[in-house]
Amino acid sequence: MEFIQQMINGISLGSIYALLALGYTMVYGIVKLLNFAHGDILMLGAYAGFFILTFMGVTPASMLVAFIFSMSICAILGIVIERTCYKPLRTSPRIAALITAIGVSTLIENGARVIPVMGPNPKQFPTFESINYNLFGINISMVQIVVLGVSIALMILLNYIVNGTKMGKSMRATSYDMDAAFLMGINVNKVISFTFAIGAALGAAGGILYATAYPQVQPYMGLMPGLKAFVAAVLGGIGSIPGAMAGGFILGVAETLTKGFISSKLADGVAFGILILILVVKPSGLFGKNTNEKV
Amino acid sequence: MKNRLFNTLTLTLVSLVLFAILVVLQYFKIISEYTGLLLTLAGIYVIVSLSLNLITGFTGQLSLGHAGFMCVGAYTTAISIIKFGMPIPIALILGGLMTGLFGLAIGVPTLRLRGDYLAITTLGFGEIIRVIIVNLDSLTGGAAGLKGIPTFSNTGDFILDAIIRFSWVYVVMILVIAVVHNLINSSQGRAIISIREDDIASTSMGVNVAYYKVYAFTLSAFIAGVGGGLYAIFFGYLNPAMFGWLNSVNFVVIVVLGGMGSITGTIIAAVVFTYLQEWLRVFEDFRLVIFGVALILLMIFWPKGLMGNKEFSITGFFRKLFSGQLSLGLIKSKWQQLRLKKARKNDGRAD
Repeated sequence: MEFIQQMINGISLGSIYALLALGYTMVYGIVKLLNFAHGDILMLGAYAGFFILTFMGVTPASMLVAFIFSMSICAILGIVIERTCYKPLRTSPRIAALITAIGVSTLIENGARVIPVMGPNPKQFPTFESINYNLFGINISMVQIVVLGVSIALMILLNYIVNGTKMGKSMRATSYDMDAAFLMGINVNKVISFTFAIGAALGAAGGILYATAYPQVQPYMGLMPGLKAFVAAVLGGIGSIPGAMAGGFILGVAETLTKGFISSKLADGVAFGILILILVVKPSGLFGKNTNEKV
Repeated sequence: MKNRLFNTLTLTLVSLVLFAILVVLQYFKIISEYTGLLLTLAGIYVIVSLSLNLITGFTGQLSLGHAGFMCVGAYTTAISIIKFGMPIPIALILGGLMTGLFGLAIGVPTLRLRGDYLAITTLGFGEIIRVIIVNLDSLTGGAAGLKGIPTFSNTGDFILDAIIRFSWVYVVMILVIAVVHNLINSSQGRAIISIREDDIASTSMGVNVAYYKVYAFTLSAFIAGVGGGLYAIFFGYLNPAMFGWLNSVNFVVIVVLGGMGSITGTIIAAVVFTYLQEWLRVFEDFRLVIFGVALILLMIFWPKGLMGNKEFSITGFFRKLFSGQLSLGLIKSKWQQLRLKKARKNDGRAD
């Protein structure tokens, strides 16, 4: 029973990682940039939700408003960051773009610390009453149902966008070969901006869900989930959307199982242990394609 | 042969003179004790930044785990001094060796990785180190930290202690600079740089890429570990939170600022950075905001940093000085150029 209980907790946590990992994997798939600032988008999204929810109180309607508001704000921010910081570096060495991403991450985290309404101190995130449902001796909380429901809905939506729309087709084409896509008349800049926007929106949704599950917001809250989501993306094979989802769930389960059965102090180490293991055994990840470098 | 002798002699002399000046300045309190402390800290930063530059600047592999390496070195050194009563030099070397071992352990499996993957793996490694240290609390003091690391000396004289502390760091720093400089200018160094330029091309030229990557990684870890050991003795207290991810970022900032692949650039940047870090404390929380903005702007507008991959050559400077190129002849010709320019300008006006 205990095991199934932990599995459910893990799947709930994993769905948040999966949402974040999708942002990493899509951006990486298209511009080959490891967007370090993605975890901080989670933080900003959580703060946006925090403001709406403290202002309107917690009702299903205000939850919806919070999601829409925070996702759109972060989508715009994602585009702004891409246009100002990453676009000028698109042709420079990858290491330069990576360092810029670290700079963006430092800027957002510490910017949040100095903005008066956010501030360095943790704030209580308003959540709804915790109702626990008992199913054959397993506790499932309302929060977990919401987290799982919202993330699965968003993943289905994303799947539709990527596989069912014209924009999705352009995205896939761009990630396959950017130059060729450009020659075929695809507006590559627009596609890249759109990808950043979607990634950031998913990150923002993940942020609200994360803050609902661990009811607290603070400027550095995005750091750890961000890194773990990256691990999830690598685990699933970076660039692969189903991989990111699977990776997120696996990581979430692995983490809660460690917390539940081994030691809570080791939980943070497990994610990175898995990362190193996967990179040693199968660097392309579970769903990734094996690519050989051509000269 | 003659050249090499000249270079070695000049460099030894320059570093000795610089050392003497800095010690005298501290001894007669011409620079404050606080500045002396910062100079010592800057020395440690130079050591660790150089080790990072070896990996990031010369081998072209971004490491975000150098704080983790420092952490291993610091704890190993501190524990071998406290628990086993080892003398400082042996403890420092032990710290370096232990970290080198860790570097080897992380370097071999991550050989296949490049760029982003390596960066995130080293980052993950740094975090794992911290988790391990928190969990090994019987040995490391856990999250509460490790207290009571004895300082370099205890003569009772405040200034003398400060000078001895400074000398330790300075001597190790000079040794590290010498090692890195000589390595880069040897055949191994050329192999390492060729990996940065293009690892496929260097493989086809017969460079054993795997070997040299691990070699550079292990050496870099060793140096960072020694730097960490000095850091431990310098502060006398260790805590896993001192070696967080942001500290690794600081070293990356130093290397980028100084120019990836420039030893002198890194040295200048490390010293400037140490001072900036203290001066910017006035801005409190804005300090890190400024760092973030600086990093972005640097990468977009000034990706080469202070020195690019060039070096300021001390021996070259002296050679020019002695051979007269820099003395009268050079000044004379510059002066003539200036006068010619002025004359032309005046002529133009007369017309």
